[in-house]
Amino acid sequence: MPAVSFSNVTHEYGQHRVLQDLNLDVQDGEFLVLLGPSGCGKTTLLHLLAGLQEVSAGSIHIGGRDVTELEPKDRGLAMVFQSYALYPTKSVEGNLKFGLAAQRLPRSEVDKRVRWAAKLLRLEGLLGRKPAELSGGQRQRVAIGRALVKQVGLFLFDEPLSNLDAKLRTEMRLEIKRIHAELGNTVVYVTHDQVEAMTMATRIAVMNDGVIQQIATPDEIYAAPANTFVAAFIGSPPMNLLDAEVSHVGEKVTAVHRSTETRMELSHYAFARRPRPGQRIQIGMRPEHFVVGQAPGLNPAASFALPLAYAEKIGDRGVAFLKLGEGLLAAGGDFSTFRAPAAGETVEAHFPGDRFSIFDSETGARM
Amino acid sequence: MTRRRKRRLRASSVAVWAFLLMCAAFIALPLYVVVLTSFKTMDQIALGEIFSWPTTWTVAPWREAWSELCAGMTCKGIRIGFSTSFKILLPSLGLSIGISALTGYALALWNVRWAGTFLFVLFLCAFVPFQIVMIPLVVLVAQLGVYGTVWGTALVHAVLSMPLLTLMFRNFYKNIPRELIHAALLDSGSFWRIFWEIVLPMSKNILIVVAILMVTTVWNDFIVGLTFGGISAQPMTVILANTVLSQFGEVKYNVTMAAALLTAIPPLVVYFALGKFFVQGITSGAIKG
Repeated sequence: MPAVSFSNVTHEYGQHRVLQDLNLDVQDGEFLVLLGPSGCGKTTLLHLLAGLQEVSAGSIHIGGRDVTELEPKDRGLAMVFQSYALYPTKSVEGNLKFGLAAQRLPRSEVDKRVRWAAKLLRLEGLLGRKPAELSGGQRQRVAIGRALVKQVGLFLFDEPLSNLDAKLRTEMRLEIKRIHAELGNTVVYVTHDQVEAMTMATRIAVMNDGVIQQIATPDEIYAAPANTFVAAFIGSPPMNLLDAEVSHVGEKVTAVHRSTETRMELSHYAFARRPRPGQRIQIGMRPEHFVVGQAPGLNPAASFALPLAYAEKIGDRGVAFLKLGEGLLAAGGDFSTFRAPAAGETVEAHFPGDRFSIFDSETGARM
Repeated sequence: MTRRRKRRLRASSVAVWAFLLMCAAFIALPLYVVVLTSFKTMDQIALGEIFSWPTTWTVAPWREAWSELCAGMTCKGIRIGFSTSFKILLPSLGLSIGISALTGYALALWNVRWAGTFLFVLFLCAFVPFQIVMIPLVVLVAQLGVYGTVWGTALVHAVLSMPLLTLMFRNFYKNIPRELIHAALLDSGSFWRIFWEIVLPMSKNILIVVAILMVTTVWNDFIVGLTFGGISAQPMTVILANTVLSQFGEVKYNVTMAAALLTAIPPLVVYFALGKFFVQGITSGAIKG
């Protein structure tokens, strides 16, 4: 299966520079998810790879071959679109066969591949139907089938699940993972949905403003976000970011929250760059790492006792939003043994010392 | 639940009704006279009661109009014009639709250099009155050696209609979702194959609209046929005018009326057969549910 590499790729749209000097390597057989908010350039990046848009500078290689100047059909890839983009006048079978239009295969081979894809995606009973006669999930499977029959090494997905309802989305997520596990193709998958990214990717590239902010495994992105953008983008609710000032650097490192003067002990955090006393930092705390309520026996690095603004509870898990100065502090976790407090009541939340993420306030980068 | 208010006839709706009735009468009354007169005998017509019912119904005027009516020197009826009109219609229909569909497809869905400028020029051309370009066109057609033939007239019709038709096709194809074309580019990448297999089958609605437009324009045309047909390729409308203008002595109103009705039949048939699709075509886009 081919590896993909972008080398110093720049893309301009009119006067607007969408991507600048972008470098990205996708390894052989990898499931890479491009994750970011709308307008961050992730779909543009995918279109450049597919050849649907042209690069202004730089080059793109697929499997070691320079494809920068090649037509889309000659790049050896297949793509699945958000709107499915099925041909409305063709039957399911016709859609699958048109996917092979550029390949000039013998008829027996075409039939063999259509049957294979239909079986893999459970479309056998639907081959004669028109797209208008299919449900959303079925249309999506046909769109994937049209990519599969090409039997190429590289699959591109452009937000393929965003038009489906929540239940189908979960099903199709598993389906795509299953196919990837079975065929082992290289996949580049664009989404703005962090759940899709976290569950499917072998690596995630988080993008913002045309720049890749971090590229790492889902676990690394979750545990050690490279900057405040990634920290705030991943997680639901996202990571709390508290403005603080380093107050003491010595055997112990401590910081003070700027608006409430809460003292936090950062000695357990592995600083890559040594902090200076008086340095402004942002302290990141994931809501789910808090222990909410009384916590006997715990030796927390930071403790808060704040009035409750409101709480969200789903089954045994939940999040309490506490009033912290002007903003809110989200603290969540196991609510099974926790009595749901009334609004305005004071709630205690404790944070363990080894779970902090600490960023430089000036650059936003992880320290 | 509140009860639906009873509909009342208000002054404004009375005015609208009166206006619509007037419009209908404006077309219907002359048509009524034409149809009745064509079935009357000349004796009854001589009485001058144009609104009266025929006392004896006769189809003789229709037969005469079709096969014996004189236009200038020849007395072979209006049927000669009928076949000439068809011979003009079919090539001009094929040529104009074929070329403008392709051009519209290219302009809408492919990256064509200067597409914007080209569209603007087309837009301007669609508004140039025929009379302005008539004389240069006659010279051009004569130099091509097709002046006075059905081909010459057909060619002129096709060329004159192309700006408008190309704009119509282009706007229709612009509504095809971008992703669909992207998918086709990845699957095939062939300009012709995508047109034949994907885009053309999606064009049923616009094809019907354009076909109706062309059939009625070409069939009802008088001036292009008169200018480019010479004497050997006169379409039905030109022959009809000649018969009316070249009758001597007693004017056979019943025959003239029958000839006029015969000339009007083909566009009527097209409208009645395809009218439903026409409305569908102009109100719906390329993609259905």
